[in-house]
Amino acid sequence: MIAQSFNYEAPDTLAKAIALLQKYGDEAKILSGGHSLIPMMKLRFATPECLIDINDIPGLSHIKEEGGVLKIGALTREAEVEHSDLLKKHFPIFGDVTKLIADPQVRNRGTLGGNLAHGDAANDHPAVMLALNATVIATGPDGERAIPIDEFFFGFYMTALQPDEILTEIQIPIPEGNTGNAYHKLERKVGDYATAGVAVQLTLDQSGNCTAAGIGLTNVNPTPLRAARSEQALLGKPITEASIAEAAQYASEDCSPSSDLRGSEEYKRAMVAVLVKRMIHKALERAGVK
Amino acid sequence: MLKQITVTVNGAQHTAEVEPRLLLVHLIREVLNLTGTHIGCDTSSCGACTILLDGKSVKSCTILAVQANGKSVTTIEGMIQNGELHPLQEGFKENHALQCGFCTPGMIMRATELLANNPNPTEEEIRWGISGNLCRCTGYNNIVKAIEYAGAKMRGEEPASTEPQFV
Ligand SMILES: Cc1cc2nc3c(=O)[nH]c(=O)nc-3n(C[C@H](O)[C@H](O)[C@H](O)COP(=O)(O)OP(=O)(O)OC[C@H]3O[C@@H](n4cnc5c(N)ncnc54)[C@H](O)[C@@H]3O)c2cc1C
Ligand code: FES
Ligand code: FES
Repeated sequence: MIAQSFNYEAPDTLAKAIALLQKYGDEAKILSGGHSLIPMMKLRFATPECLIDINDIPGLSHIKEEGGVLKIGALTREAEVEHSDLLKKHFPIFGDVTKLIADPQVRNRGTLGGNLAHGDAANDHPAVMLALNATVIATGPDGERAIPIDEFFFGFYMTALQPDEILTEIQIPIPEGNTGNAYHKLERKVGDYATAGVAVQLTLDQSGNCTAAGIGLTNVNPTPLRAARSEQALLGKPITEASIAEAAQYASEDCSPSSDLRGSEEYKRAMVAVLVKRMIHKALERAGVK
Repeated sequence: MLKQITVTVNGAQHTAEVEPRLLLVHLIREVLNLTGTHIGCDTSSCGACTILLDGKSVKSCTILAVQANGKSVTTIEGMIQNGELHPLQEGFKENHALQCGFCTPGMIMRATELLANNPNPTEEEIRWGISGNLCRCTGYNNIVKAIEYAGAKMRGEEPASTEPQFV
């Protein structure tokens, strides 16, 4: 399968890349890992006039901690996230999620920025970023803009990024106190997109009250979904089997999965409930509560 | 609009004028005539097209040739050194780890990076490590054994007995 013809540009600065985006407008696409875009171009679902390859731009690939915030450059590959020692400390959830994304070769190419910018509810990082309350940094002609993750996903393949903006960094607050996070997805085979996936992060205070809860759902809604009612069910009190069951129930009610080859709507709702329960337990365990 | 690219393939520099839409696997197979790299699925799923790009295993059906500009590519043809099979090639041969051989070049290129990152992998690590490579005839047991064999040899140890397993 061969893509439709296009121009290829590989600028070496962000400014040049943004100038190219302004020149081509809607007809340009950023190329990061290319592992969502190139397959779509080969199928001719995407037919950009120009590909702007940002891989030669320095400064877009890093994992660092600064002032209580974790900063991940947009071009950081899945494989780098998978093996990062810094992430293992506060965010074992990244170990959970990356090893469930595709396979080692795809993870050598795919980037975190691309995984979010693609705006696909089947991708796994969006739910994780919802649970972790991430902020997306977009850089455009007027400089940087911070987009809260809750305002980032708009619709099927649609995000808050403007045609002349590049996703440059993801920022995640490093949680204080007893915090645990976890992700799992149900998949038919290694490397498959999720039948259903659930990301959870919980913070508890000294007396065991839940002070922060983030729950994100993968591939059970037209857009990546925050399970807001489930979070509310856990907040402000000690977490009990009853509140966990309540949270699971709400998530399965509030998502909107479609029946497809991966399973019926009913099955997917049931699996969301199961995964919410399991991920809450795992997050609590990692928070040192169990 | 043609682009001029320079790629080092198996140690030799090549310059070519290519359309940006040319896939790396097509550059390798059709421009450079290195047909050891196979195309199985053409959809990034099977791993038959796996090569090393600057030492990292990648699926060359999902990379543009222009993206390899200035980089170094290793294909199965580059594995033999001074007429001697690479320990992985020897391991596959000794352990009956191929039947039709279609998946083999991709398996070997993937296993090359796996052993570079982790010289003494467990069986489970090997199975996870080759989870992006499909084999439709041999089955995976002997492939895992072949990679274990090569790992041992590369660590300077005596590889385990090579009795093939038919399960
Ligand atoms: C076989 C296979 C299995 C897969 N399985 C999974 C899976 O299980 N889970 C999962 O989450 N993903 C999966 N993926 C997708 C993979 O993780 C992709 O790499 C990822 O979704 C996109 O990242 P990328 O860097 O490759 O982006 P690209 O393909 O380069 O880009 C994707 C889109 O985002 C835009 N874009 C990219 N970067 C930026 C940026 N910095 N700023 C603005 N726009 C940008 C591009 O223009 C394009 O529209 C799979 C892919 C394959 C081939
Ligand atoms: S041909 Fe590239 S993964 Fe199958
Ligand atoms: S040996 Fe035939 S596909 Fe693996």
